[in-house]
Amino acid sequence: MSNNQGPILEFEKPVVDLEKQIEELKKFSQEKGIDMHEQITALEQKAENLRMEIYTNLTVMQRIQIVRHPKRPTCLDYIGMIFDNFIELHGDRLYRDDPAMIGGIAYLNGIPVTVVGQQKGRDTKENIYRNFGMPHPEGYRKALRLMKQADKFGRPVICLVDVVGAYPGVEAEERGQGEAIARGIMEMANLRVPVIVAVTGEGGSGGALATGIGNRVLIMENAYYSVISPEGCAAILWRDGSKVQEAAEALKIGAKDLLEMGIVDEIVPEPIGGAHKNPALASKNLKEALVSNLTPLLNLSPSQLLEERYQRFRNYGQFIEN
Amino acid sequence: MLKDLFKTKPKYITVKSERDFQPRDEAVEKKEIPDGLWVKCNRCSQITYNKDLERNLKVCPKCGYHFRISSKERLELLADEGSFQEIDKNLKTVNILDFPNYDSRIKKAQKNTDLAEAVLTGEARMNGIPLVLAVMDFGFMGASMGSVVGEKITRAAEYAIQKKLPFIAVTASGGARMQEGIMSLMQMAKTSQVLNRLAEAGCVYISVLTDPTTGGVFASFAALGDIIIAEPNALIGFAGARVIQQTIRQTLPPGFQTAEFLLEHGFVDMIVPRKDLKSTLTQLIKFHLNGGGVDVQ
Repeated sequence: MSNNQGPILEFEKPVVDLEKQIEELKKFSQEKGIDMHEQITALEQKAENLRMEIYTNLTVMQRIQIVRHPKRPTCLDYIGMIFDNFIELHGDRLYRDDPAMIGGIAYLNGIPVTVVGQQKGRDTKENIYRNFGMPHPEGYRKALRLMKQADKFGRPVICLVDVVGAYPGVEAEERGQGEAIARGIMEMANLRVPVIVAVTGEGGSGGALATGIGNRVLIMENAYYSVISPEGCAAILWRDGSKVQEAAEALKIGAKDLLEMGIVDEIVPEPIGGAHKNPALASKNLKEALVSNLTPLLNLSPSQLLEERYQRFRNYGQFIEN
Repeated sequence: MLKDLFKTKPKYITVKSERDFQPRDEAVEKKEIPDGLWVKCNRCSQITYNKDLERNLKVCPKCGYHFRISSKERLELLADEGSFQEIDKNLKTVNILDFPNYDSRIKKAQKNTDLAEAVLTGEARMNGIPLVLAVMDFGFMGASMGSVVGEKITRAAEYAIQKKLPFIAVTASGGARMQEGIMSLMQMAKTSQVLNRLAEAGCVYISVLTDPTTGGVFASFAALGDIIIAEPNALIGFAGARVIQQTIRQTLPPGFQTAEFLLEHGFVDMIVPRKDLKSTLTQLIKFHLNGGGVDVQ
């Protein structure tokens, strides 16, 4: 079972070890024809308890390990499992096609939509090709081009967000990633069609926000959304890389905290242990959430959609006024 | 007599004006002009008499290097004397996330800068023309953008919309304010989207990028001016140079992320020396008064 699920995370080891023991015991009892049914059941119960104990009390950093798991479903994986007739469209019409950002048209439950998202690689080779899912400016510009095309034809927009952060590179700066992100934000706010954003993995700072201006913002159970990576925060504020755990807790970047703060509207449940343990189930849950959030928006007029999206982002911030 | 000399001399030299910089956040300190008689230029290393530097608008008389200035100094430079009417000065920062040491850092910044937060906003006149000004102060926690900064910028734009006035934002910032977590990221959305409404109202928006304008402030309202001006030698960019260097492990091209670099790559309209800033802005604003266009039948 764990063969195709990639590496085992440190905190999962007790469960995995126990599972192995059970397997061995089963094999042993079969080979020798000894009835060990009771022992096996007891161990299975123990494993179940341990699983619950571990996975229901995950720390933020453990969840981050889950969303960075190499077998975590990527944007194209979700698209394949959720949408029908996806046709990928390429290029920003200005510079080049950025493989770190993908987009196209597809049907969601029969509704024609435009879908965009950052694309991580599924192995080292693809990760290099996809720049580990970190877009260059042309990626944001491609996404914006496709969203404006959706606006033109009245298609709802679905943004799947999974990006560790904007790309720190010379070329990205030369080609104006600050401007590309800013314009993405500003023009998304002007879309006259429903926009649903789903943070499926990492919601890393400006790179995430550039495709993050939605009428509804959803987040998967283990995903995070933050102004800075916990690593970056620890390095800058504490000048101490070992304070990552503290930074992660202090930043309140987990799904529950984000829901409480009104940054997201809904948490999409994941299979126990994370989406990579059962991508089909994760996709099913995500699809249900996308459809149930999109459906009521289809009844709103363009100006209602604009206004409610505007007010959502207008009201963010806490301060005292006297 | 000798004693008298020592008494009077410091009196003569340490003329404390409002313009004096004070030590601020540790990260900022080294580039600010220290209290003292002589200042060494960050670029040409020439030494200038502090008062001469102040008279020269804190621009090195030898090489033209533009030192950072405070928001109050910027207002003196741009607004007609006594014309600045501050708005929204009663917005106070709260420690939303109970972030460690945030309250004390705010207090320290307030004490050191005599400001409530990192941006001043209000209505002013520039060579007689009424407009809305937002001026950021890097000395206040690196002018990072949290809820209050984002709200004040947004409200300043809304004020401009309401009064049909031009809007000028003078930016300087290290980026989003980490201590407010995700809420600071959302200020990028808030300050960017209001510019759509400013555009619909037909108000011109000019952003003036000063040293340094980086991170989330650059990647939101700062990069979205109808006209974008930069001050000479200002550091402008999104990702930090150190982070880039550590990631790509190669030396950065000369002048990387300077105003001049951005002009060359097409991301600012012009670089304007400090002494010409007010007159240039005035000229640009005049093009946009009363809608600015030609009525076409």
